[in-house]
Amino acid sequence: MSVLLIAEHNNSNLKVFTLNAISAASKIDADVHVLVAGNKCENVAKELSAVPLVKKVLYSDSRDYEHYLAENLSPLIVKLSERYTHIISSANTFGKNFMPRVAALLDISQVSDIIKINSPDTFVRPIYAGNAFATVKSNDKKKCITIRPTSFDPAPTSGGSAPIEKIDAVDVPNISKFIKREESKSERPELGTARVVISGGRGMQSGENFKLINAIADKLNAAIGASRAAVDAGYISNDHQVGQTGKVVVPDLYIAVGISGAIQHLAGMKESKVIVAINKDGEAPIFSIADYGLEADLFEALPQFLEELNKLNTIQK
Amino acid sequence: MKILVAVKRVIDYNVQIRVKEDGTGVHTDNVKMATNPPDDNAVEEAVKIKESGKATEVIAVTIGNEKAQESVRKALAVGADRGIHIITDSNVEPLGAAKILKKIVEKENPELVLLGKQAIDDDTAQRGQMLAALLGWSQGTFASNLNIKDKVLEVTREVDEGLETLEINIPAVVTCDLRLNEPRYASLPNIMKAKKKAIEQIIVKDLGVDIANRIQLLKVEEPPKRKGGTKVNSVAELVSKLKNEAKVI
Repeated sequence: MSVLLIAEHNNSNLKVFTLNAISAASKIDADVHVLVAGNKCENVAKELSAVPLVKKVLYSDSRDYEHYLAENLSPLIVKLSERYTHIISSANTFGKNFMPRVAALLDISQVSDIIKINSPDTFVRPIYAGNAFATVKSNDKKKCITIRPTSFDPAPTSGGSAPIEKIDAVDVPNISKFIKREESKSERPELGTARVVISGGRGMQSGENFKLINAIADKLNAAIGASRAAVDAGYISNDHQVGQTGKVVVPDLYIAVGISGAIQHLAGMKESKVIVAINKDGEAPIFSIADYGLEADLFEALPQFLEELNKLNTIQK
Repeated sequence: MKILVAVKRVIDYNVQIRVKEDGTGVHTDNVKMATNPPDDNAVEEAVKIKESGKATEVIAVTIGNEKAQESVRKALAVGADRGIHIITDSNVEPLGAAKILKKIVEKENPELVLLGKQAIDDDTAQRGQMLAALLGWSQGTFASNLNIKDKVLEVTREVDEGLETLEINIPAVVTCDLRLNEPRYASLPNIMKAKKKAIEQIIVKDLGVDIANRIQLLKVEEPPKRKGGTKVNSVAELVSKLKNEAKVI
């Protein structure tokens, strides 16, 4: 029994979530093989070879794989799948895009976004945006699984020397073409992976008032989030929305400002390690899940908060 | 061009779901239901494409029990032309749903299938990609912009790093992000008109596809409770606790 993990990378370097996926894969079986498919991505294969939990690196180089188009990657993974009991990737937009395509081609019912491995066929996964946890058993002979990266620690990156096996590219259907990729221009970290997130809700009263949030985000190197109410009110664009219908975030510190704590918002942030709520309504539901609740007018509290942060001389970046 | 839009009826996003005491699932009796939010974006996009003159017909399809029809009705009320309701009382896994939708595609011959990017009940985000695989079609997932050119679709995708633009061949399957558009509300006259639009009912077993579940649900439980509720009295105390107690700043 061996597991095949599909690596995410940018052709030069490995993406960090692959390391979380490797440690999850190693909990299913110790014989973890990792596929690096890309264009001139030899450095990525070398990086993976040094990861002690990786037993073999499969390296397939082709211009067709440069942009990880699902239509092009899937035939290669399907071909390689014969040798494996499990095919695994991270449950971010990378894995979510191609894994169901692979699963359907193999006639496998995929298990998405697992947060715990009970046995090689039984897993725990959140449903209803994390408002319930389902324990599921896959009865397919082969499994296609995506793992939630933040639920598994990243694998150590040095000390290993796994062999690198070259794999021939396979024919691609030529039905899709990469045009461009625009990485978010923001100087701030990504909402999905930021260590600190500060979000504003309807209590911000206007888009202009988000400058109070921006100032603190700058100080804490935080990503900026928002509740659906703030997005619907037009204070901020909806790519900032945290919640069931927006992004699910799991930062070390989540600061909810002027957010009452609607169910659909809580679904997107309640797994955060530490939650701070600032709200003038002491009865707001957000306080019931906050580790530190401050009942205060945010227009007074935020400038004070910034001032206090400025006093600290060791701000961790 | 014909467009097929798949919609799913789920528990409304504003409802606090309750896990059943026996661990077999969540309570759905007397719970407010609604169309899966990104499926509304899929319907809106299909109707917009038709309004722009680039599509001739929009067909809304759903899979589910008697009441699932409500989501098709809603699609008809905002501009879909006709509906298809695949009737089943059992929970259909994404792979089964993709197989059912493939049958409908073969029957209706649309050149574009639109779905929401993810259903907010099972959160699998699989159906569109699986359907594209079974049909051998191109796929555009998590689409926040769609531009129909001659024989191709220009799809802008929401990816973790930002935005990615692809050109994919038609026929195609596209899964829609909430950013794709602003779904319209149905006007009362249109709701009335929608009642006259046809919804074809098909019993799932008449399609002859294997939709037997492969994944066994062993248990559904509540996530561990947070022990929140602690309040602080001042901003200074908050910052001090974050630094010295929680050690997060």
